[in-house]
Amino acid sequence: MEGSTSQIRPPSFALPVSPSQFRLPSFAFPNDSLSPRDCFEFNLPPSVTKLLQTLLDGFSVGSLYALVALGYTMVYGVLRFINFAHGDVFMLGAWVSWMIAKWLTWTGPDASPPWFAAIVLLFGSMLVCGTLGYLIERFAYRPLRKSPRLNVLITAIGVSLFIQNAGQLNFIFGTDPQKMPQLLPDVTLFTLAGVNFELIDAIIVSTAIALMVALQWLVYGTKLGLGMRAVSHDPQTAALMGVPVDRVISLTFVIGSALAAGAGLLFALEYRNLQQPAAATWVLFGLKAFVAAVVGGIGSMKGAMVGGLIIGLLETVCSAYVSPQFREVYVFVLLIIVLLVKPSGIFGKMETEKV
Amino acid sequence: MSEQAPLQPDLANSANVTVTTAAGRSALFPLIGLAVAFVLHRFIAPMLSPYHAGLALDIGVNIILAVSLTIVNGYTGQFSIGHAGFMAIGAYTAGATTYYGSILFMGHYDFAGGILSAPIGMETTSFFTGGDSLFLAGCIMGGIMAALAGLIVGLPSIRLRGDYLAIVTLGFGEIMRVLLEQSPEQILSIEQVKQTGFPGVVPHLGGAIGFGRIPQYASLFWVYAFVTLTLIVAYRLKFSSHGRALLAIRENEVAAGAMGVPITRYKVIAFVIAAALAGLAGGLFAHQVRLIPSTFGFQKSFDVLIMVVLGGLGSISGSIIAAAIVTLLPEVLRDPPSIWPVMLGLIVVLAIVRRKRAIRPTIILALVTIAWEVLRAVVGDLSPYRMVMFALALILMMILRPQGFFGIHEIWDYWKRKKIAANGARP
Repeated sequence: MEGSTSQIRPPSFALPVSPSQFRLPSFAFPNDSLSPRDCFEFNLPPSVTKLLQTLLDGFSVGSLYALVALGYTMVYGVLRFINFAHGDVFMLGAWVSWMIAKWLTWTGPDASPPWFAAIVLLFGSMLVCGTLGYLIERFAYRPLRKSPRLNVLITAIGVSLFIQNAGQLNFIFGTDPQKMPQLLPDVTLFTLAGVNFELIDAIIVSTAIALMVALQWLVYGTKLGLGMRAVSHDPQTAALMGVPVDRVISLTFVIGSALAAGAGLLFALEYRNLQQPAAATWVLFGLKAFVAAVVGGIGSMKGAMVGGLIIGLLETVCSAYVSPQFREVYVFVLLIIVLLVKPSGIFGKMETEKV
Repeated sequence: MSEQAPLQPDLANSANVTVTTAAGRSALFPLIGLAVAFVLHRFIAPMLSPYHAGLALDIGVNIILAVSLTIVNGYTGQFSIGHAGFMAIGAYTAGATTYYGSILFMGHYDFAGGILSAPIGMETTSFFTGGDSLFLAGCIMGGIMAALAGLIVGLPSIRLRGDYLAIVTLGFGEIMRVLLEQSPEQILSIEQVKQTGFPGVVPHLGGAIGFGRIPQYASLFWVYAFVTLTLIVAYRLKFSSHGRALLAIRENEVAAGAMGVPITRYKVIAFVIAAALAGLAGGLFAHQVRLIPSTFGFQKSFDVLIMVVLGGLGSISGSIIAAAIVTLLPEVLRDPPSIWPVMLGLIVVLAIVRRKRAIRPTIILALVTIAWEVLRAVVGDLSPYRMVMFALALILMMILRPQGFFGIHEIWDYWKRKKIAANGARP
């Protein structure tokens, strides 16, 4: 793979991560004189309101799952292996943004972070985690490109262990849980028929959508995306056609890790309590995002987005109506059912095995 | 899965294989195993501190786990990363059998074992008591329950392959853990247990707090007796026609099917055997420590998988050695010792065994040793970094020696000086 590309001049790829693609939509904050609340004052039965509120929450969580699931699915697309360390990159996204906030003295009781603090943290943590994604690929996975898949899987577990335990070192994050500063005002944008539209949910969903639109453009509208699709279709042929396979794979990791970091920051903004780096919360979030990727059809980007929403909705709806203790069970039971009914997931293509 | 050189060592040395099979069939090996276990329990254990005796128990349990997972991952080539789930089923079944059984049959849950299971320092006159039989029944029940779960988890392998099967096993392990976390509390008072009676106490497995007060029957004797059983099962399976069928599935599923190997049946059989042994290991584990569902999370499954891959896929002796190393390494790293004498010995052995091919490993080992000693001198206390170093060692091992310690071979293959291809290991 490496050798065959050396004689052919690689086409130039522009690194497409520029801030302009990730512009946040601006919101008009409600004021008293012009509240949409007044225009939509009608009542629904409480059960319907509860359902709508649950669906809204599920949509918000689901968009986070979708962002992380995209990273799993992209890596699976180009390398055909489950990157178990991806959930830890998501954890890093949250913790790195806290770390940056601490350096910029935005944490603490009397700190007053500026209005653009969240944007700075978003790009900061995406940059750090993107770099880290590159390093992981370069030093842990690239030497194993031709190894059996089980070895790569074990290496991924090793990387995951490494990130979790290095994160617990005192001079990195430490073993204490931390509190993310309140960067966004905790306000309700408007209440529509008893359903609260929170600012934070709106920001999560819109940022997630913006990132996904940017990714869609990247994969289907740029030369890098063409390279990614070529590599995921057939790495050998792609290399013969002059696609610099190694560079494409590296950039796939960078993009996937940056998306996970964005999801990590949004997660930290909403839930604010950061569990210690090796806590089960992070690992389980990563696993559920992975389930989302599988349910949607691993290797398919559309599948990851739809799968993320399905998992988010399933989890919130079942927690609200059945029992909140079995969150993980619903997700994994859905996984097993989907795998038994349609093993390739909703949008996945089944590969025929050749002798 | 792979295109190259299938099963060379077995086909090339069929004469050897028949000899070893005959040796495995005799009663000698189980007797030696039981004798070793007895000596360990009666004569070695009293010399060890409780901490070291506990480590010896851990190693035994991990050997059973690693060797049983070798049957699925190593022989059959099926990806299973839910092994902790089977272990959990065995542990809770065995633990509940012993705890509630003790109360229902004997009226108390104090230790009531004979010489074979007495902990260090306890003097008993009886050889085998009702408590022991309860404990054994619990372990066997645990094995059976886990085997049933193995049957259920193995069945999706009719439709699923590779990664997808791995995900199902992972999901199964997680579902087990969450369900155990939500089980009702353990009934602690003896009167209440007697009132509730047999079928009523079954779901009371302690929830997220864990299931405690299990008498500690898991002595070095029982653990290593079950290690012996596991080794016999794994060894006899590997060198039987059934084992060859499993290996054929690993080498190439489609080709094996074309040759008339009933693929689904063998996959399910492999899952059931591995699950039963993991259940036994869980039962032993239960009688050693308090059970908490998070002990059986995917981290535990990954640990066992690490042992199997480090040892070399399909190598029984490799799994044993890797189980011991993976258990001991994080403990050794608590108080990091000087490693250069061991490394020097290792380099000498390598130089004798591998002659010219020892040059590269020697350089790597020497560099690792120097880096280690420098780190020890500069940083001083390395214990906070132990898991980081463990993770790095794992990654390095996968990059430098992807086939694990022994590949698909056994350690005695090297003593026999067989001609083994440099890259003999196959996925």
